[in-house]
Amino acid sequence: MYLNSIFHNPERLERLINIASSSFVPLLEGAITYTLPLTVITFTIGLVIAFFTALARIFGNRFLRGIAQGYVSIIRGTPLLVQLFIIFYGLPTVGLTISPFPSAIIGFSLNVGAYASEIIRAAILSIPKVQWEAAYSIGMTRSQAIRRIILPQATRVAIPPLSNSFIGLIKDTSLASLILVTEMFRRAQEIAATNYEFLFVYSIAAFIYWVICFIFSIIQGKIEGRLDRFVKTVGGVR
Amino acid sequence: MIKIRGLQKSFHDQEVIKNIDLDISPGSVVVIIGPSGSGKSTFLRCLNGLEIPNNGIIEIDGLQLDFSKKVTQKQIIDLRRRTGMVFQNYALFPHLTVIENIIEGLITVKKLPKIEAIKIGEKLLEKVGLLTHKDYYPSQLSGGQEQRVAIARALAMDPKVMLFDEPTSALDPELVNEVLKVMKDLANEGMTMVIVTHEMKFAEEVANEVVFFDEGVIIEHGPPSLIFHNPKKERTKKFLSLIQ
Repeated sequence: MYLNSIFHNPERLERLINIASSSFVPLLEGAITYTLPLTVITFTIGLVIAFFTALARIFGNRFLRGIAQGYVSIIRGTPLLVQLFIIFYGLPTVGLTISPFPSAIIGFSLNVGAYASEIIRAAILSIPKVQWEAAYSIGMTRSQAIRRIILPQATRVAIPPLSNSFIGLIKDTSLASLILVTEMFRRAQEIAATNYEFLFVYSIAAFIYWVICFIFSIIQGKIEGRLDRFVKTVGGVR
Repeated sequence: MIKIRGLQKSFHDQEVIKNIDLDISPGSVVVIIGPSGSGKSTFLRCLNGLEIPNNGIIEIDGLQLDFSKKVTQKQIIDLRRRTGMVFQNYALFPHLTVIENIIEGLITVKKLPKIEAIKIGEKLLEKVGLLTHKDYYPSQLSGGQEQRVAIARALAMDPKVMLFDEPTSALDPELVNEVLKVMKDLANEGMTMVIVTHEMKFAEEVANEVVFFDEGVIIEHGPPSLIFHNPKKERTKKFLSLIQ
């Protein structure tokens, strides 16, 4: 029906082509100036938080373990959108006003940190105990063993689920539109509000999200290939 | 050179090592035999601090650790730097090539320059007959080759004593001899070695001293001719009759 109405009406077709060409650039700009930086920055900060949270949960004393567990529990147990609203709309009530983009950075980083910490924790715990023992037996300290022996192996285990988180994050950044970050989806809303072509404009936005995710899954494949070089492959079966 | 006094280790309520005394002179090869669960592996692991004894004294090459008091992490690391460990399942680092496995400790722990470390590593690989495989990953090697690399990795740290924890138990039978040969060469060069093994023929050939372990205590020890052919204790006789 929708497509039919487009192709049998040259005027409407022309109008849509005009909208497409005039909205594509602002949408792409939104993706490049906000969606991607927001994703990359928060994922990086989130990984650092996740790493130390995982270490605290595995090696920490009761106090550190408790803090880490509480953090993970609160973040995982509450909706991301609610967290963003608390930071952006809630904190000003107690005199802490943070502008939209930094609010998004804080909210998403804390969120990624909690989820990724579980991935990193599981990856570290998946490395056999004898690898630790071998590292200790040549005189390594615990931090040397983690850095040189355990993490390189754990990384390989963690890459697929972390890639999942990363791709999830790309799409989750659209929630930042609700705290006034002019990322891609907010621009799509603004454009659609002026021309009422909601289906068309949101589809263009969806397409750009898909292309970005597609590119990152190719990058993921390349990273995995590099990290798998030391794994035995027999007749294509891993 | 190695002096062990009153060594005791428990897991939870289970006493696995009970009050062990043993002296090991420099250059000697000590083979520990005994039924599974007798505590021989635990004993070996105590010698390099992979298990922390609950009590007793370990003295290796002038370093004395008294486990009746609190020992520091630094003391444990000093102990490990005097001992080399070879594990039953090789425990090579799978993400590193053969040569990288060997020089890892030299670079990270001893902080040697890479060129110097590689020189040492290549010399050791030549010794265990695997220089041609230096750029392979462990997954590309046979079990026997992996274990020879593991021996070279331990030797690279220049230990005063080499500890072997059932080094041939995980190997296919046809690969056992290549590992035993490397160990034999090592013994002939005068390396001090403590070996937990079930290879009785090897023990008889190479050991200066055989120690028979059962239920966490040393039942009997002495030269292989005595332990294997003229054991005094009933339990030793019984164990030997079961495996022959």
